[in-house]
Amino acid sequence: MSNNNSYHVSESGHYGEFGGAYIPEMLYANVEEIRTKYLDIIAEPDFQEEFNSLLKDYVGRPSPLYLAKTISEKYGANIYLKREDLNHTGAHKINNTIGQILLAKRLGKKRIIAETGAGQHGVATATVCALMNLECIVYMGAVDIVRQAPNVARMQMLGAKVVPAESGSKTLKDATNEAIRDWINNAEITHYIIGSAIGPHPYPDMVTRFQAIVSEEIQWQLKEKTGKDHPDYVIACVGGGSNAAGAFYHFLHDDRVKLILAEAAGKGIDSGHSAATSILGTKGIIHGCMTLLMQTADGQIVEPYSLSAGLDYPGIGPMHAHLIKSGRATVYAATDDEAMQAVIQLSRSEGIIPALETAHALAILDRIPFKEDDNVVVNLSGRGDKDLNTYLTYIEDHKIQL
Amino acid sequence: MKTIRQTIIEKGNNILNVYFTAGHPTLESTEIIMKSLADTGVDLIELGMPYSDPLADGPTIQRSSEIALKNGQTISNIFQNVKNIRKTHQIPIIMMGYFNQMLQYGAERFISDAHLSGIQGLIIPDMPMEIYERDYQNLFIEYQMEISFLVTPMTSHERIFQADRLSSAFLYIVSQSSITGNQSGISDEQLAYFGAIQSMNLQSPTLIGFGIHDKETREIANKYSNGAIVGSAFIRTLENSKDYSATIQSFMSRLESQ
Repeated sequence: MSNNNSYHVSESGHYGEFGGAYIPEMLYANVEEIRTKYLDIIAEPDFQEEFNSLLKDYVGRPSPLYLAKTISEKYGANIYLKREDLNHTGAHKINNTIGQILLAKRLGKKRIIAETGAGQHGVATATVCALMNLECIVYMGAVDIVRQAPNVARMQMLGAKVVPAESGSKTLKDATNEAIRDWINNAEITHYIIGSAIGPHPYPDMVTRFQAIVSEEIQWQLKEKTGKDHPDYVIACVGGGSNAAGAFYHFLHDDRVKLILAEAAGKGIDSGHSAATSILGTKGIIHGCMTLLMQTADGQIVEPYSLSAGLDYPGIGPMHAHLIKSGRATVYAATDDEAMQAVIQLSRSEGIIPALETAHALAILDRIPFKEDDNVVVNLSGRGDKDLNTYLTYIEDHKIQL
Repeated sequence: MKTIRQTIIEKGNNILNVYFTAGHPTLESTEIIMKSLADTGVDLIELGMPYSDPLADGPTIQRSSEIALKNGQTISNIFQNVKNIRKTHQIPIIMMGYFNQMLQYGAERFISDAHLSGIQGLIIPDMPMEIYERDYQNLFIEYQMEISFLVTPMTSHERIFQADRLSSAFLYIVSQSSITGNQSGISDEQLAYFGAIQSMNLQSPTLIGFGIHDKETREIANKYSNGAIVGSAFIRTLENSKDYSATIQSFMSRLESQ
């Protein structure tokens, strides 16, 4: 960890003016237990050994860092894809669920709950629960259950119970609300595995630490390939922001590395159907933390929209809110259409079908003024198998000639 | 006008605090319901500020909040409702809502406008006690705004004392570790928890809420504290009401211990 602490979480759980723990008393004991124990537990040698061994032999880490030649030529820079899509279960989400399930075991919890948007976190949670033989309940927006049906089937196959969230826009925000309510009702026996870098402190930091393996590997993999231990750019999509947090972590205080976030503009930033939180959001509280969120003047949370279930969230992790407000990270917003073009392009030019969330990070490449020798790492956070139905429907509806 | 705390202490026991969501079932119903509750002899009214994402609330309050927001409810409108009934009624009124609502309105403006409208107390369940003490306690004192903090069966003794010290209205005893609207009976464990709090010699009066929905559960609240808070059970009776006054009278008689 860098000596300069300004982009890491503070003792009080803050990232600049963001973060903290704004939770009802019913959750205080649970969150406090995690807060006081998580750093010690993670540091224990037996935890580290089990965590690293599972990441290697079960998840399949390290994930490759792949120089994508066609898109490198197209954008005029060396574009490397960090292949988190090749992890077991198909996304970066499993890094965090492995860490949290080991923590939950050490806290003596018997029951695991999770929220999920695209279903990747739900699948990753169901997977580790199957592995550890723990009860698993996943909350998922009713809209997302339809648009990410393959992942619902996977969770059920793994033995998890998938509970639809029927309130609000029936998407990730509402699934998170339901998971929090479940946690209040079953606090003593339950650990809540939050999948994104959101929630009350220490969740954003804990999730970021478990995802930090991504930037740790980028450092040595890039050194092997280029002789340099840092890229010029790291680019990641952001909903709540767990994959971006992991891809950024070891470069937060390295000024040579430009940090780029891609958020979901939906049908366009000014369309009224968007999830571009950094532009449309203001400071406020969502899911227990102070951050940027889309809300009315009366503080009512606005329903977001994105074709991509994983980015369809009205807030953003507090670390990212701080990185954006302080100017450390730059945000670009990609529309549904731009993301879909990126999906088709990567599929056809590299033979990789990315997740719709991930495609937002690829869709903004043409807006960045790369220099010829720049080394650019795009975190390819997940694979697109779960989205095939969405893709094929989109291609048919838009009469796209393939 | 008496403070909330004075009102509770003077009567001593069998306090009844009734919660409902402002703007549900209709915007026009809020003042009628408040007046009717006061006229029926309720001791305190707790007005819920409907919120889009009420994390601590069960399906009943979620639904009532959603309807109130669809009806166009705003915080300013709730203040106006209270201002209007203050012309005729002196019953203490508490407002309950989420911290983000207070922050977006502007904390000082919120507390000041609440005070000017005639609201005497606030309950903000997701405002941490530490933040209140550091940033807002002085404002609450300046505008004579009372506050209640929540304790649950999982709250440590140390924190119960802290909540007691910081609460200027009453200490809100959450009967069980759950969201609002749970209708299961009261267990021996819960009775032991109520008894333990009773024996702590706290400085604040106490009211028990969450899951209080009938005569039996209200009697238990009365026995172990200064009284009861009823919310979801009341909101459910309002949902299909044609005559609020009659509905409220019949609901109150269901809660009366004879």
